[in-house]
Amino acid sequence: MSTHEGDMYVGHQFEDAEQQLDSYSIGMWLFLVTEVLFFGGLFLAYIIYRTRYTQAFVAAHHELDWRLGGLNTVILITSSLTMALAVRAAVLNRMKAVLGWLGLTLLCASGFMVVKYVEYSAKFEHHLFPGPKFEFQHAGVDSGQAQMFFNLYFAMTGLHGAHVLIGMITMMVLAIRLWLMRKQRVDFIPIELTGLYWHFVDLVWIFLFPLFYLVGGN
Amino acid sequence: MSAASTVVKQPEAVNYLNVDNRIKSWLLTEDHKRIGILYLITISLMFLAGGIFAMLIRLELLTPAGDLVMSDTYNKMFTMHGVIMIFFFLIPSIPAVLGNFCLPIMIGARDVAFPRLNLASWYVFTAGAILGITALVLGGVDTGWTFYTPYSSSFSHTPVIIAVSGVFVAGFASIFTGLNFIVTIHKMRAPGMTWLRLPLFVWAQYATSLIMVLGTPVVAITLLLVAVERGLRIGIFDPALGGDPVLFQHLFWFYSHPAVYIMILPGMGVMSELIATFSRKRIFGYEFVAYSSLAIAVLSFLVWGHHMFVSGQSMYLSMVFSVLSTLVAIPSAVKIFNWTVTMHKGHVALYSPMLYALGFIGLFTIGGLTGLFLSATAVDIHLHDTYFVVAHFHYVMVGGAIVAFLGGLHYWWPKMTGRMYPEPWGKLSALVVFIGFNLTFFPQFILGYLGMPRRYHSYPDEWQTLNVLSSAGATILASGFILVAVYLLWSLRYGAKAPANPWDATGLEWKTSSPPPPTNFTQRPIITEEAYNYPIVLSNNGEPEEAMKQEGAEKHEHA
Amino acid sequence: MRLPFANIPIWPEGASKAAHELDLLYLVIVGLTVFFCTIVFGLVVYFVAKYYAGSKADRANPTFHNMPLELAWSLIPLALGLFVFGWAAKLFVEIQAPIQSENALNIYVVGKQWMWQMQHPTGQRENNELHIPVGRPVKLTLISQDVIHSFYVPAFRTKADVVPGRYRTLWFEPTKVGKYHLFCAEFCGTKHSEMIGWVYILSPEDYEKWLQDNRWGMGGEGVTVAQAGEALFQQLKCTSCHSPEQRIGPPLSGLYGSTRTLSDGRKVVADYDYLRQAILEPQAVTVSGYEPIMPPYRGQLTEQEVIQLIEYIKTLSASPASPVANAKPSIDTGDRQ
Repeated sequence: MSTHEGDMYVGHQFEDAEQQLDSYSIGMWLFLVTEVLFFGGLFLAYIIYRTRYTQAFVAAHHELDWRLGGLNTVILITSSLTMALAVRAAVLNRMKAVLGWLGLTLLCASGFMVVKYVEYSAKFEHHLFPGPKFEFQHAGVDSGQAQMFFNLYFAMTGLHGAHVLIGMITMMVLAIRLWLMRKQRVDFIPIELTGLYWHFVDLVWIFLFPLFYLVGGN
Repeated sequence: MSAASTVVKQPEAVNYLNVDNRIKSWLLTEDHKRIGILYLITISLMFLAGGIFAMLIRLELLTPAGDLVMSDTYNKMFTMHGVIMIFFFLIPSIPAVLGNFCLPIMIGARDVAFPRLNLASWYVFTAGAILGITALVLGGVDTGWTFYTPYSSSFSHTPVIIAVSGVFVAGFASIFTGLNFIVTIHKMRAPGMTWLRLPLFVWAQYATSLIMVLGTPVVAITLLLVAVERGLRIGIFDPALGGDPVLFQHLFWFYSHPAVYIMILPGMGVMSELIATFSRKRIFGYEFVAYSSLAIAVLSFLVWGHHMFVSGQSMYLSMVFSVLSTLVAIPSAVKIFNWTVTMHKGHVALYSPMLYALGFIGLFTIGGLTGLFLSATAVDIHLHDTYFVVAHFHYVMVGGAIVAFLGGLHYWWPKMTGRMYPEPWGKLSALVVFIGFNLTFFPQFILGYLGMPRRYHSYPDEWQTLNVLSSAGATILASGFILVAVYLLWSLRYGAKAPANPWDATGLEWKTSSPPPPTNFTQRPIITEEAYNYPIVLSNNGEPEEAMKQEGAEKHEHA
Repeated sequence: MRLPFANIPIWPEGASKAAHELDLLYLVIVGLTVFFCTIVFGLVVYFVAKYYAGSKADRANPTFHNMPLELAWSLIPLALGLFVFGWAAKLFVEIQAPIQSENALNIYVVGKQWMWQMQHPTGQRENNELHIPVGRPVKLTLISQDVIHSFYVPAFRTKADVVPGRYRTLWFEPTKVGKYHLFCAEFCGTKHSEMIGWVYILSPEDYEKWLQDNRWGMGGEGVTVAQAGEALFQQLKCTSCHSPEQRIGPPLSGLYGSTRTLSDGRKVVADYDYLRQAILEPQAVTVSGYEPIMPPYRGQLTEQEVIQLIEYIKTLSASPASPVANAKPSIDTGDRQ
């Protein structure tokens, strides 16, 4: 396989760095499109069941603590900012800054997961995890319909949480690789792509938060 | 001719096959050509598995009574046949084998944009296939390839989760391939290779890739939900859990109908190459054919509801889906006419790939027109879930996709392996497949209108004759496939050495050696002409008589 | 219909009004298929024969595109396709629409792994067999107790998926006395291919005789569905709340078909699906002005029992004077659901 010597970051299949950068960008955006559609199926289900079971959804959403959800929203938005700063530092070839911002982003992500853990365990304690042990007593609300709210809650926030986790692993690998190659010029493409992914994960949460924590009830 | 044609033939040169033959170098290869070969091996094995189930099904249906196997076994047989053939053979067949091998060469690139992702795609696919086979070894799944809820999520006693995971995992392979192709086509074209100079195979792959990228994630999440509903009882489909089983059908067909086009569009792309090459003429209405691929890709996402005319969905919704389904037939009809008319004033050479191509025109025309019955709401109420549907989609998927795959495989075989397949045997196989196929599936149209439901282990006595005909045809069809496998394998060792351009075809893949060097070209091609720019050769009283070549003579008969 | 020279059936019997027009449409599409196949196959053979490499055909001035021609072969198939669509859509509406008739027969069908249970309003029950009189419109109300099934009678050229959790209706008018196949068309598990049976279309006299010979209903001989429902109603002590005296739950007289205002302000028509949900998941459809205290019966009643209760509630007319079931609830006047 012939590689273009001299420019270590250009893969053998590419003519130049620009072609490579364009390809990676288009590829990443396409990947995010698939992610949108991946979540799209769940959002569709949410819309259908919320329309059908409006009352139950309003009643059930009171079991979620909007303050914790709000805290997580703040944490994720902050992490998006730190991620953006990491990308900027990478473009400017500031190795230490990149590692620092990445570390902060990781910290935020961990904070998000901790809050998530607190929320989930409360649901388990209160028998709000769907299944045979599910219990939801509320006058005028069918417990089966309320369970659908929690079905979707766990499915969607769970899938989102998995994405956060994958993002964290990616950042860790990235940070280690950067540390190992700290003597060299920062390869900003992987950081930029991770950044795009992370903003997407953030964006999904921006939709999930109002859909589950702020269900409009009158 | 272009500068690329100056590339000289290098019979003893290093090529992608002989560059490094250790197992490790194959398993870690990032060469799109080798990955194509790896895919070919995997899907051939899956085709064999799916084919064995097909034969067992036809054997059971030889008699009206359910006497060969138990009904549970039968249910597992048709499920595994469907799952394997669709998810592990048809969907990757042309894109991941022929597309992988040819597409970068056809646009003058050294490789796809993301070679490692390409290799990952094969590994992910193989992992999915292994999961599928695991489900089989654990006793097989009995839900039908459609995995309808609530049967799949709450009632079946078979390893549904494993099978569904296999499909889920293989879906990512499909996404990787699609993503890779889109970026490759956008960014990796050689200088001068404008969009309207792209071979139509590339256009078809582009349209296919769009469907792969946009559709697959939806079926992935849907199947994931089925697995979760089954495993954790967190469900959104099972009515016992407050869910709606028909929602599953909407989500499933939102992918699985476009998936039909994932199977057939690449076949149409192959067709354009074969018809142009063996008519020695530019495809009639190149732009119509190119854009109709995109039209099909877009429309394919708007017709899923035609699988649900009897499911209880709103009558008006059904009518919308019905009229859109009628529309999606038009671009396909356009292609059929364009291919046919391409032969007008051409020099038609009936090599095996062309025989397969002509077979495709016949079978796909029938397959497409019988789709008209099923898109017509009232007729579909009667035909839905009968053998008419089975016959229709086999005409499209076997008569269309597999016949095109075989045609393409013969066509590019010299390029891929550096060997010629034996031409007379190739012609015989095309004939056997065509006859066997029609005998197998034509009677099923009649059975369908008579009312024989699909997925039936036993059936009323009066339908035996037609079923016997079908089973007999299946035997012939299977012989055809076996024949192909035998002589292609034989040719790997004993076939004549292939020249760089055995068909005198245009297209960049014929301007490099057979098999191509690891980086496809010794120097970067620059494109200065349209696709299929065959010289206009007149035969009777035309002036440029001296340019006449003897295409008709079996010049490249290397068998 | 069979092939003349061999014992091969090629055409199914038609035994409903809709079957005959559908057959005609089918034949027309077959005609179109043959027409287009002839054109395409003819051209392929002609071009191959004329322009095979080395032939002496005239190849001067080859064309590579021709806009009028390409538009023609796009638009003509489109027009024909839309014609087929229109005709089929018209038939589709007709097949699905309720047949306006004074004496339509309303039969309940419960699908479950792996049998069809038919329940005649006058109490007759049968499994995997359906006896109906010729010439009288039939309305089937179908529901599944487990997975999705599909009720398919090829001779009627119609089928309907039978889905758990909601009622479907299927209308047809039998036109020919005889014995016809009944299939389950949606894969439903192990014995899917044994979930089959027969539809018997009887002459009116034979039908009357059949009714008399098969009077054994759910609650005993001669007990109608509504009467069985009434017995169940008493047994479940529904009256302790749903009675004009108690008024803990809304009274049920005149309920069927009326418009209800729910506690969240929604207005719904009390049809089959509403009544079913009101019994199984009452909290979801609490009527305005009442406390949400009715226990859900989900999982405690079979679909057949739910049907009996609904059929009983249907008989409760607006005047509370006659709460006892009308002895003749068999006539469904073709109300649209």
